[in-house]
Amino acid sequence: MSVITTDVTAPADVPAPAAPGRARLRFLRGGKTRTGLLILAFFAVLAVAGPWLAPYDPDAMSDDLLQAPSAAHWFGTTHTGQDVLSQILVGTRGVLVVGFLAGFLATVLSVLIGVTSGFLGGAADEALSMLSNIFLVIPGLPLIIIIASFVEDTTDLLIAAVIALTSWAWGSRILRAQTLSLRRRDYVEAARATGESTWRIILFEIMPNLTAVIASGFVGTVIFAILSEITLAFIGVADISHWNWGTVLFWAQSNQALAQGAWWWFVPAGLCIALLGTALTLINFGIDEFVNPRLRSSAGGSRKVRMRVGFTPVARTGTPGKPSKEQSE
Amino acid sequence: MTAEPILTISGLNVDYGTGPTGVHALRDVDLTLHRGEVLGLAGESGSGKSTLAYAVTRLLSPPGVITGGDVHYHRPGAGPVDILSLSPDALRAFRWQELSIVFQGAMNSLNPVHTVHSQLTDVLKAHRPAMRSAERTARAEELLTLVGISRDRLTAYPHQLSGGMRQRVMIAMALALEPEIVIMDEPTTALDVVMQRQILRQLVRLREQLSFSVVFITHDISLLIEFSDRIAIMYGGRIVEQAGASEIYRDPRHPYSEGLLHSFPALHGPRRELTGIPGTPPHLSAMPAGCAFHPRCGKAHDPCADQIPVLARPEAGQDREVACWLHTRPA
Amino acid sequence: MTYVLQRLAFYTVTAWAAITINFMIPRLMPGDPVEALMSRYQGQLDTSAIASLKALFGLDENKSVWEQYTDYWSHLLDGDLGLSFTFFPTPVGEVIAQALPWTLALVGITTLISFLLGTGIGVYSGWRRGSWLDALLPVTTFISAVPYFWLGLIAIALFAVKWPIFPFEGGYDNSLVPAFDWPFISSALYHGVLPGVTIVLSAIAGWILGMRNMMVTVSSEDYVMVAQAKGLSERRVMFGYAARNAILPNISGFALSLGFIVSGTLLVEMVFNYPGIGFQLLQAVGAKDYPLMQGVFLIITLSVLAANLLADMAYALLDPRTRKEA
Repeated sequence: MSVITTDVTAPADVPAPAAPGRARLRFLRGGKTRTGLLILAFFAVLAVAGPWLAPYDPDAMSDDLLQAPSAAHWFGTTHTGQDVLSQILVGTRGVLVVGFLAGFLATVLSVLIGVTSGFLGGAADEALSMLSNIFLVIPGLPLIIIIASFVEDTTDLLIAAVIALTSWAWGSRILRAQTLSLRRRDYVEAARATGESTWRIILFEIMPNLTAVIASGFVGTVIFAILSEITLAFIGVADISHWNWGTVLFWAQSNQALAQGAWWWFVPAGLCIALLGTALTLINFGIDEFVNPRLRSSAGGSRKVRMRVGFTPVARTGTPGKPSKEQSE
Repeated sequence: MTAEPILTISGLNVDYGTGPTGVHALRDVDLTLHRGEVLGLAGESGSGKSTLAYAVTRLLSPPGVITGGDVHYHRPGAGPVDILSLSPDALRAFRWQELSIVFQGAMNSLNPVHTVHSQLTDVLKAHRPAMRSAERTARAEELLTLVGISRDRLTAYPHQLSGGMRQRVMIAMALALEPEIVIMDEPTTALDVVMQRQILRQLVRLREQLSFSVVFITHDISLLIEFSDRIAIMYGGRIVEQAGASEIYRDPRHPYSEGLLHSFPALHGPRRELTGIPGTPPHLSAMPAGCAFHPRCGKAHDPCADQIPVLARPEAGQDREVACWLHTRPA
Repeated sequence: MTYVLQRLAFYTVTAWAAITINFMIPRLMPGDPVEALMSRYQGQLDTSAIASLKALFGLDENKSVWEQYTDYWSHLLDGDLGLSFTFFPTPVGEVIAQALPWTLALVGITTLISFLLGTGIGVYSGWRRGSWLDALLPVTTFISAVPYFWLGLIAIALFAVKWPIFPFEGGYDNSLVPAFDWPFISSALYHGVLPGVTIVLSAIAGWILGMRNMMVTVSSEDYVMVAQAKGLSERRVMFGYAARNAILPNISGFALSLGFIVSGTLLVEMVFNYPGIGFQLLQAVGAKDYPLMQGVFLIITLSVLAANLLADMAYALLDPRTRKEA
C-alpha cells in the first residue's frame, strides 16, 4: 500500500506556463500511460456491464460446492456453490464507484485547501498547512476503520466520504508547494499588477499549470481509496451484503478458503486489485514523466549507445565494435 | 604562437540524442590549446562553447554522444594521449590531475550536504592515496588561503558561504592537484560586477604563479579581449574564427565576430557604438544550410546560403583562421 | 536544534489533534453503540468502570462539552482507556500493552529491512539506468499495487498450506510460555518469517521506486557532474554525492509511508492471527468493542508520531541546512 509514497518527492518542476493544448495531452502517447488507460478502460466496461456479463446471480447458491475452476465456473465456486466470477464481475462497479468518488472528493478538498493555502500565504497558509500536515501523519486506515464502524449502515457514498476525508492532505501539500512557486512567476505578478481579481488569477493563471499535479494527485488518491475500500470490506467493516472484491475476500477468509486449498476463491480478486492498481500507477508514471522529463527512459530511439552519467559515450563512425563494447560494460 | 600544444582537438563531432531525433551540437571542431596560454572561447548561448568544454573530458550528460573526432592531451615529456579512447579508470585518473574545470554557477556546483573540507579533500584522497589525513587538511587550508578565504571556513557548508566565496572555493578545488589545464566555464557570470573583477584579477595572479593553461568560456567577448591570449569564436556548433586577442579586437574578419564585438562595451580603450546582431541564434535542430550565420549576416552573398565555409587562413603566413566566404573563395 | 524543537512542537499539536478527533468521533456519530454494550454487561461493570466509559464516550448527557473534554483528558492522563469488551473485564490499556511489543517488533524490523534493501536497490537501479535492473520496475509496480493482506493470504496458501514450511498463524508456539529464553525467541522468529517477508515484499517497492526516481533526478545535478570531473571513484560519486543527497527526500517521505506501512502491518497481523494490535483491532471491530478500537487508534497514532520524530532527527543529522548557525 505504499504506492503513493513514490510521488511524494516530486520536484517542484512545473510544466512550462501556457503549454499548448496538444503538448498537454502528450503524456497520453507514452507506452506506460496507454497500457494503464487500456486496463482501466477494461475494468470500466466491467463496472458498467458486469451485472449483465455475469453468468450467474452472485448470491445464488448451487450444489457445486467449492469447485475448482471449470468451463461452467471459470473462477470456481464458494463453499455454498456461488460463482466466484459472477461475484467479481458484479463487484467491479462498487470498487470503481467508491474509488473514483473518493478520489474526486479528496481532490476537490486538496485543491481547495492546497491552492488557497499556497496563494493566500501568511497566517491562513500557516493554519491550512498545519491542518494538512496533521492529517498527513495521522494513520488513515485505523481512523477510517473506527469512523466506519461507528456508523450503523455503511453506504458506498459514506465510505467514499470517509476515505476522502482522510486522504486529501497528501495532494494538498504538493499543490500548495506548486502554487507557491507559481505565485512568484512573472506572469502571475503581472496579472496582479494589472489588477486582475484573485479568483481570476487562480482560475486562469494558476490552475491551468496545476493540471498535471492535480491529475496525478487524483490518480494517487483513487489507488489509495480502492485499497482502503477493499480493506474495509475484507475486515468486515463495510457492508458485506454489497458485492465488491473485498467482500469476496472477506467470505473466502471467514470460510477457511486457505485451509481448504480453495485458491480460486481469493486469487482472482487479488489479481484484479493488483491489475487495477498497476494500471493507475502506470498512468501516474506517465504524468510524472510529463511533469519531470528527467525521469523519461531512453531519449533517443537507438539502443546501440548506452548513456552513462559522467562518461559520455564515444561512438565514432568508422570504428566498428566500439558501440557494442560500450553496451556490454 | 610558437609554444608547444598541450591539447589538440580535431574534427570533434557531438550529437544530442541518437537516431532520427538527434541534433548536431558540434561540427568538425579543430582547436589547439598551447602550453601556458589563455584561450578564450566566445559565442552566444547555444553556440556549442560549453558543449565543447564538456566533450573534451567526456562529461556531457545524456543524451550527449561524441560521434567523431579526436582529443589529444600532450603530457609534458611524453607522447600524446587520446582522451576519447581512455578506459573509465584511466579517464578518472586523467580528470582533475591533468585537466580541471571551474563550472558555471558555483551555486549548484558544491554539494550542499558536504563541508568545504570534505569536498576539497576527497579529490586529494582519490588522486593522492598516499597522502595522510593531516596532510590533506593542510593542503586544503593552503588552497583556501591561495584564493583569499580564511582557513576557518574549511568546516563550513556551502549554504553558509556567499556566492563569491563559493566560486573561490571552486577555483581552489580546481587548483588542488595543480593541473596543466583549467577550463573555466563562465566562472564569473553569476556574480556581481565588483566580484567579477576581483575574481578575474585573482585568476590572473594565480595563473602567473602556477602557470597552467586556460580555456576561458564566456559570452562576454570584451572580458576575453582583456584576459586571453587567443580567442576562438563559435557559432552554430562550429568555430567561425580564431586569432590573437588583439587581432580579433582590432580587425575581426568574420561578420559574426564583428557583431559580437559591437554587442558589448569595451572594458578599456576608446568607446565604440553598440549595434548588436539582428535576429536570434538558430536552434540546433533547425540549422540553416550553408553558413549557419547567413540569415543574420549583413554581408551574405552568393555562396553563403548553400555552401559551408571552412576554417582557413585569410592570408598566407598569418596565424589566424576564419570560416567565411568573404575571405576564402568557394571551390 | 531549533529544527528539532519545531518538529517536536508540531507533533505535540498533532497528538493533541488526534486525541481530540478520538474524543469527537463517538460524540458526533448517530446512536450510542457504547451505551448498548454497557447495558448488555449490566451488573458486571463496577462504578469506576462505568464512570470511565461514560467519560470516554460522552454518555453524560447533562455535562457540557467542555466538562466532558476535561474529564476525557483526566482519564487519558491516568492511562485509563476504559474496559475492553472483547477481553472483558480487562482494561484496554493492559490489552494493548500485551500486544504492542509484537507489533513494534514486526513493524520495526520489517521497516528497517525494507528501507535498507529498497533504498539500496533504488540507488543502483537509478544510477545504472538502462541496465537489467530496469526490468525490476514493472514487477515492483505490480507488487506495490497488491494489498498487503492479499500477499499474506498467498504466502499462507503457498508456504503454510501447500508446502507447510512455516506456521499458519500466531506469534509463537502455544505450548511455550512467553519468556526471554531461546526456545521462545526462536519460535517467535520462526512465526515472524512469513508475516515479515509479506510486509517487506509489499513495502520495499515504494522505497525502490522513490529512491530510483530521486537518484535519476539528483544524477543530473551540477555537483554530481563536478564529482565526476574531479575523477572520484565511482563508489564515491554514487554514494557520497548522488545517493547521499537523493536519500534526503526519501527520509522526509518516510512520514507519509509510515502510515501506510503501519496500516499494512495491521492487516497482515489480521491475516496471520499475529498477536499484535492489528489482530486486536480486527477482533474489536468484529465485537464492536469501541473502547479497544479507540485505544488502538490512539496508541498507533502516538507511535507513528514518535517514529516520525525519530525520522526528523535523522534528517536533521543528514542535512546540514536544517542546522542553522550564525
